[in-house]
Amino acid sequence: MEVLQYVAIGLTAAVLVGVVKVHRPEMAVLLSLAAGVILFSLVLGKIGAVIDVLRELSFKAGINMVYLGTILKIVGIAYIAEFGAQICRDTGEGAVAAKIEFAAKVLIMVLAVPIIVAVLQSLLKLLPL
Amino acid sequence: MVGGIDLILKIAGVGILVAVLHTILKNAGKDEQGVVVTLAGIAIVFIWVIQLLGSLFEQVKSVFKLF
Repeated sequence: MEVLQYVAIGLTAAVLVGVVKVHRPEMAVLLSLAAGVILFSLVLGKIGAVIDVLRELSFKAGINMVYLGTILKIVGIAYIAEFGAQICRDTGEGAVAAKIEFAAKVLIMVLAVPIIVAVLQSLLKLLPL
Repeated sequence: MVGGIDLILKIAGVGILVAVLHTILKNAGKDEQGVVVTLAGIAIVFIWVIQLLGSLFEQVKSVFKLF
């Protein structure tokens, strides 16, 4: 029951944020940031195990490793960007959060371009030109 | 496991301590020193959190093979 551990960390952090926020709002932001980082990094090891399984499966299926690598990179960018954007939104900086998300979208688009090109090329091969 | 619950408790402790010290110094008429204490507390906690964030980013980079 590892869930209990994570829930306990989250609840403790929430209570402490509530205590600190009254006097020192800026310390409360750092506290919630630390709680988020700790929870995230605790779960990250499990995600790594899942990704190893995915990599093995794609190797057995004979999929080009470039594609899986790109997809994993996109997932990683999405995780990090979402994390930062949520912290910014917590502090009330919705505008900064929107910019972080925009930057992540642009980076993901850049990473996805080779895959789109590959799809178009295989489409062109099918067309009887 | 990067920091665990002890870092959260440490940050909360520093926060409460800084708040109390700020109030005491303010009541003693030493507002400037209260500001300095607040700043020092925030700097200390900020260094902890930045180190934690750096290790998290390294972990994410190694898990997702980024860069």
